[in-house]
Amino acid sequence: MRRIFAALAAALLLSAAVPVSAAEELSSAAPAKTQTGVTINVYNWGEYISAGGDGSLDVNAEFTKETGIRVNYTTFEDNESMYSKIAGGGASYDVIFPSDYMVSKMIRENLLQKLDFQNIPNFRYIGKDYRNPVYDPENAYSVPYSWGLVGIFYNKKYVKEKVDSWKILWNEKYAGKILMFDNPRDSFGIAQKILGYSYNSTKIEEWNAAAQLLEKQKPLVQAYVMDQIFDKMSSGEAWLAPYYAGDAATLVQDNPDIGFAIPTKEGTNFFVDAMCVPAGAKHKREAEAYINFLCRPDIAAANMETVGYSTPEPEAKKLLPEEMRENEIFYPPESIIKKSEIYTSLPEDVGLQVDALWAQVKMGGAGQTGTLVAVLAGFLFLYLAIVVRKKLKRRREVSPPR
Amino acid sequence: MKTLSRFYTLLIFLFLYAPIAVLIVFSFNDSATMSRSVWSGFTVKWYARLFQDGMLLQALRNTLVIAVAAAAVSTVLGTAAALGINGMSRWMRRVVMNVTNLPMVNPDIVTGVSLMLLFVAATGLLGGVSLGMASLILSHITFCLPYVILSVMPKLRQMDPNLSEAAQDLGCTPARAFFRVVLPEIMPGVVTGLIMAFTLSIDDFVVSYFTSGTTQTLPIFIYSMTRKRVSPEINALSALLFAIILALLVVINVRTARQGRRAEARKEA
Repeated sequence: MRRIFAALAAALLLSAAVPVSAAEELSSAAPAKTQTGVTINVYNWGEYISAGGDGSLDVNAEFTKETGIRVNYTTFEDNESMYSKIAGGGASYDVIFPSDYMVSKMIRENLLQKLDFQNIPNFRYIGKDYRNPVYDPENAYSVPYSWGLVGIFYNKKYVKEKVDSWKILWNEKYAGKILMFDNPRDSFGIAQKILGYSYNSTKIEEWNAAAQLLEKQKPLVQAYVMDQIFDKMSSGEAWLAPYYAGDAATLVQDNPDIGFAIPTKEGTNFFVDAMCVPAGAKHKREAEAYINFLCRPDIAAANMETVGYSTPEPEAKKLLPEEMRENEIFYPPESIIKKSEIYTSLPEDVGLQVDALWAQVKMGGAGQTGTLVAVLAGFLFLYLAIVVRKKLKRRREVSPPR
Repeated sequence: MKTLSRFYTLLIFLFLYAPIAVLIVFSFNDSATMSRSVWSGFTVKWYARLFQDGMLLQALRNTLVIAVAAAAVSTVLGTAAALGINGMSRWMRRVVMNVTNLPMVNPDIVTGVSLMLLFVAATGLLGGVSLGMASLILSHITFCLPYVILSVMPKLRQMDPNLSEAAQDLGCTPARAFFRVVLPEIMPGVVTGLIMAFTLSIDDFVVSYFTSGTTQTLPIFIYSMTRKRVSPEINALSALLFAIILALLVVINVRTARQGRRAEARKEA
């Protein structure tokens, strides 16, 4: 009798613990109650939400109005600085927005919490193609916020040929007019695609080959920059620059001379910025309510309209203005997406190697340390000499005349 | 020769002020691309938008609260410390001054990281409170203190040490002697220290970056825009800040000049 009971209980437990990652059937379940009056800490990219400027919707204020949960909204400039803040333990955030490879890295290091999708019923709006991504295969930790592709910005006045390959960034015709990303993954990625490697290669020799290719390109490169691309391109100071489609689009719309193309020959990077809850979060349930709110199609559409990136929600896409919806920069044809690849996190040793290689590409390799030490030693010597001279002088002045 | 030296002075001023001039000019640039290098018409819309941007205003408010608190506390502490150091023996004074000057020559990044480690360890003991406003104010006080001491010290050294004693001979309590005699004498140093601490706190980035926790100051907010582009709202804000600080400086200078004249008049009388 007791055994039967135990079996029954086990069966009950099992049925209660049905995997929650698939969210379709959960839409009917009511989300758990949230507490009003608490403040959640949100950490997002800079200028990555609709904040009420120019008559747009103030998403955070709207969230507070509807739920009574206050939002302390702060921003970061890249994945690495966000990571160091979370991993350093100095800040307790409730919602963060890491990119694809950072999500997988943080999952591996136990820095993220599994989400309770019962509290995020709006996950059902996320398109099928954006679920269970390689960086979070069971879709347990993250909800996609936006996505985009990397492509090449070019000035039509000076670049007359067809832009369909990354190789154009190695063309000597445009020496001194080429810009490159100022971060290792994006810059190496371009070289890797030319060489036909995967972005997520774990073979050191492939990374070495990519580094060599970048070093070959270096004399042609005007600068390694991020946001200065906008100014340099619009003023005609530079003619060719790889950048993210979402940012490119505004410039293309404003300046008719500037074109944007995705290198279809080799394929490109498909990136996703996702919403996650870090392991130390104080208000997980309220954080999930916030994620759920951002997944509501009207809110997602308002955000993407301001931000300029692409939404993973077909319903939200329908709400966007036509010139965004029908624009191939924002929503390229299926064939291009098929050929693109997502970054995932690299193993520790490969990651370190890549950082070293990147430093080498940008600085011009070792040998620099020698000069640096020499310069520092020189300064130290000079300083000591001055101190000693002053001491001697003072002694001479102080000693009484005979 | 004279024209040459004038030309040279002009060049120096151009060099110093050209960036600020460009910044202010482009805060009036009417451009949909938010360009910072192509001029396309006059507008004040960035100023209007500045006051609608809740996040920016929040960051500005945080920065100002921290700067005021840090400047006030470090001025009081620094003045008290300078008084104490001034009363020490020669040898002791030298040692203590060197110790207080060390944080000034210490690179900001070292200060920032070490403060962060300290705060993280301390909050760990307190049960995992997040860093934020409190840790920011504490760290700003820390790096402002030496500057206040350094600007108050010379005034104390200049002052006749007998003044305070004379006041006490004439019936002042030590505290009263300090407020009536010593403080007015060293006031210029204290005010310089206060202003220095305030400006240092406002534009600090490195130390704040490590100790900010979930609070965002203006420099960190601006830096976080660099993946996309820094909005001309920031130009507008910088122009306003520049104007305010300029006005403050003018007021202070006029006041000290007037005080100087009054003192001279008193001497002549």
